[in-house]
Amino acid sequence: MNNIKKALFDPLFNNNPIALQILGICSALAVTTKMDKSLVMCLAVIVVTGLSGLSVSLIRNVIPSSIRIIVQMTIIASLVIVTDQVLKAFVYDVAKEMSVFIGLIITNCIVMGRAEGYAMKNPPLMSFLDGIGNGIGYSIVLIFVALFRELFGTGKVLGYTVLHPTNEGGWYMGNGMALLAPSAFFLIGLFIWALRTWKTDQVEEA
Amino acid sequence: MQNDSVSKTIIVAAVLCVACSVLVSGSAVSLRPLQEKNKALDIKKNLLLASGLLKNSSASEGEILEAYKKVQAEVIDLETGQIAENIKAESFDQKKARKNPEMNKDIKKENDLAGIKMRSKYSVAYKVVEGGELKMVVLPVNGKGLWSTLYGFVALAPDMNTIKGIGFYQHGETPGLGGEIDNPNWKAQWEGKKVYGDEGRPKIEVLKGAVNPNDSAVEYKVDGLSGATITSNGVTGLVRYWLGQDGFGPYIERLKKNVN
Repeated sequence: MNNIKKALFDPLFNNNPIALQILGICSALAVTTKMDKSLVMCLAVIVVTGLSGLSVSLIRNVIPSSIRIIVQMTIIASLVIVTDQVLKAFVYDVAKEMSVFIGLIITNCIVMGRAEGYAMKNPPLMSFLDGIGNGIGYSIVLIFVALFRELFGTGKVLGYTVLHPTNEGGWYMGNGMALLAPSAFFLIGLFIWALRTWKTDQVEEA
Repeated sequence: MQNDSVSKTIIVAAVLCVACSVLVSGSAVSLRPLQEKNKALDIKKNLLLASGLLKNSSASEGEILEAYKKVQAEVIDLETGQIAENIKAESFDQKKARKNPEMNKDIKKENDLAGIKMRSKYSVAYKVVEGGELKMVVLPVNGKGLWSTLYGFVALAPDMNTIKGIGFYQHGETPGLGGEIDNPNWKAQWEGKKVYGDEGRPKIEVLKGAVNPNDSAVEYKVDGLSGATITSNGVTGLVRYWLGQDGFGPYIERLKKNVN
């Protein structure tokens, strides 16, 4: 029971894939300009990390080590394509905006990292939970970044106006930089700082 | 059998490939009808939104289909402006035709205001007819912005000179900067603007900065998007190209004669 909890909740803050493992930064920059995009991305990543952990773990004992990376990649790629197809069929509007970024989950290091680093050595249920946990850990950072980028960039959260922007006749001058990729770096940096101030054991020795 | 033996490796790889391809193709095939329906509905919705026939961007499928009843699609030969009788609007795919050597035409560099290098010889045009009377003509347009090709519609009043609306349904511009081409307030400015100058060439343009209301040519000018000069210029270019002689010019001429 303790193990299950650890697999699921450790990646949230104690071993966060972005903040501690520093994986999957690239997509965190691309899809965080708006909350709705980020939420769909988070869901897609949670599904893919969970299922890829499960499937890799199920066949971990028969995978020849010489082709194990390709095997993991094939499984991940298939899952991502299926996810992309499902999104296009059911939430067409958002899927259209995300365009290539769903497909790029294949190259998200978190998925691959967990398949190779955890699912190859652990039983299916645990690998599944580890995948879900890491997906959620990734989502926490993504949602944090998207919240600030959308709010400061456009004055809105999830499309609802919070700070009335000047281009709609209000007073808030949108911060253009918040909408560009560098701002995500600053926000992730601040997130890591906050996290390491809270959990001092994550601080690396200089 | 050892996990790392050659035969085991090949067997695992083959079985995995078959399993994954079944999964992928199964989902692609079974979900295709839904995706196609979404796509077709999305284009209809965008056309209606650009032309102002539909105000609410979250309209239901029924509302969209109801509003679309007024729209008549026809495929026209851009060179002559005549209707191409042998091509059906429902099955015509302009993006595919653009790449088909029998259906496309290279655009001369000096004419290529939209930055698209080539175009289909044919295009769909949509007429909005109410009670037997032509209310507006909606023309599909596309052209390069900063990062991406913008796809959209321009709606013209029956005088073929006054813009009724503009809208883009596909682009990859920076959200909040170039992406503001989707901003309803910006799009609203286009309504009532005039396209053609005295010499009959498209004169309309998106400025850098705001339009001076005392400008004598104010009816040809639209505010630029701040922080998105290249996207703004792209919109100017594509509107001028598609409404110009190399684009829908001949078709517009023909309709003008019919109206007057």
